[in-house]
Amino acid sequence: MGNYVKVVAFALVTLLAMIAANFARDIAYQVHALIVMIVAFAMFVITLRQTDEPLNAAADQNEYLDGVVRYGVIATVFWGIAGFAIGTFIAFQLAFPSLNLNFLDGIGNFGRLRPLHTSAVIFAFGGNALISTSFYVVQRTSAARLWGGNLAWWVFWGYQLVIVLAATGYLLGSTQAKEYAEPEWYTDLLLTVVWLAYLAVFLGTIIKRKQPHIYVANWFYLSFIVTVAMLHVFNNLSIPVSIFGSKSVQVFAGVQDAMTQWWYGHNAVGFFLTAGFLGMMYYFIPKQAERPVYSYKLSIIHFWALIFIYIWAGPHHLHYTALPDWASTLGMVFSIVLWMPSWGGMINGLMTLSGAWDKLRTDPVMRMLVISVGFYGMSTFEGPMMSIRAVNSLSHYTDWTIGHVHSGALGWNGMITFGALYFLVPRLWNRKGLYSLTAVSWHFWLATIGIVLYAAAMWVTGIMEGLMWREVDANGFLVNSFADTVAAKFPMYVVRGLGGILYVAGALIMAWNLWMTATRSPEKQAASAPSAIAQPAE
Amino acid sequence: METYSFLREFADSWMLLFLFCFFIGVIFWAMRPGSSEHYKKTAESLFEYEDRPAEKGNSNG
Repeated sequence: MGNYVKVVAFALVTLLAMIAANFARDIAYQVHALIVMIVAFAMFVITLRQTDEPLNAAADQNEYLDGVVRYGVIATVFWGIAGFAIGTFIAFQLAFPSLNLNFLDGIGNFGRLRPLHTSAVIFAFGGNALISTSFYVVQRTSAARLWGGNLAWWVFWGYQLVIVLAATGYLLGSTQAKEYAEPEWYTDLLLTVVWLAYLAVFLGTIIKRKQPHIYVANWFYLSFIVTVAMLHVFNNLSIPVSIFGSKSVQVFAGVQDAMTQWWYGHNAVGFFLTAGFLGMMYYFIPKQAERPVYSYKLSIIHFWALIFIYIWAGPHHLHYTALPDWASTLGMVFSIVLWMPSWGGMINGLMTLSGAWDKLRTDPVMRMLVISVGFYGMSTFEGPMMSIRAVNSLSHYTDWTIGHVHSGALGWNGMITFGALYFLVPRLWNRKGLYSLTAVSWHFWLATIGIVLYAAAMWVTGIMEGLMWREVDANGFLVNSFADTVAAKFPMYVVRGLGGILYVAGALIMAWNLWMTATRSPEKQAASAPSAIAQPAE
Repeated sequence: METYSFLREFADSWMLLFLFCFFIGVIFWAMRPGSSEHYKKTAESLFEYEDRPAEKGNSNG
């Protein structure tokens, strides 16, 4: 019965997409309609071929649903390498403008590729890492299979479709010009549906859990899912100009729009890139160290302090703008207060190793997880400092901001994701261990040196250009033209690009290593009987 | 009173007080007597059920 409904629905979507492609008012919309048409038609054929097959509705409740996690791991690696590679390419475009190749004009120039890079690494790489690890973690810590049957698969494939629509849209110029929220109205609507399904799967699994307590990692994941849903809906309130076009007009205007945008933008950092990844930290570090988290009480206070404070920090993006002073002061004060929960969480993660510090020497995966927490501490120190109005007057609009973002993104988000992938792949593909620990060490050092080159280059060039912009001579005239600062930044731009190359090289080694682990590593003996329960550590 | 002024006044008085008290309450809740033993069990719970879900009716609580 369910399949008949599905067949009709996919047929309808295919037809509507055809109509939309025909009446499309712009190229991005047309391409998107064609993509949706192809996907819906493929799903139509696939579903049709299975119509009268018995549904295996009684999915085995005694097994975890790991297929979707495996797909998520593959997608994470794929989008990660794509996003890092694009980032490295646009870094060199800034150093050597002739890389804005003529034949790619209007598609492959810096302005079009930059949102492609940011969305690919944050939402495609980071998002897939969050979705797949959260599905893995919530099942293990709830001792229950994912709720909702195949709904988890819809979340995964729906999210990939959002990524493809967003990516092709950027290249073809479909954007609502909001940083990190560029996709236009119909992509936003699709993401809303996918995200609510994600919330349902996650919450449903927690509700049917067999463990009495909800483990702290799930609190962080849940706050990330709920908050992102709220942020996404409010920041994307817009009215399409035409149902057959990609252009839409924002409901908010002026300073209200700016405030909503940075309320969204900073909480994308706070909840997507921090709370969600802290959920990963609270699961994978104790698991890899084989000891429980240092202080569970601290983790509870960490959670509530982080979510209570982060939500107010957004206005620090709008110092010295039309935003009222009280609002930007509020954002600044809350950003500084954030020091405490951030460092409390960092200490909690690091101290989990107390008594097991020798693992840092013997286990490169542990090293990766620990350095990610170290970078978390660094960038959450730097961020509040940069939100202070006086510091911001120097750092804002300079490359210092870009350096700060990347020490957080490459260091914290990237490294903890790599650590989680190294943890997950042997378990998901039932292997004894990783194929090569030496390769993990190589990855670790390439990535670390890459980040150091990147961050150091951006500090130098950021502070330099900030000082050059404000330099005045004895008569009060500005000393430097904008082009002077651009020329002065060239050496640092090349160093930054080299850092990117090292980081991509490390990620390629990881992809090879994970592939070999999944295909060549010796298999784990299926010794454990169904009722066997892993022993608690110690 | 217009909506903005009302909400503004409510937000920086009663709502602020509520959020502050809630947060202080969370800290006291985490520190309550007897919590250490409970949290120790919770913190170690992630080393259970690595390979498959709990059997029906077999829950830890």
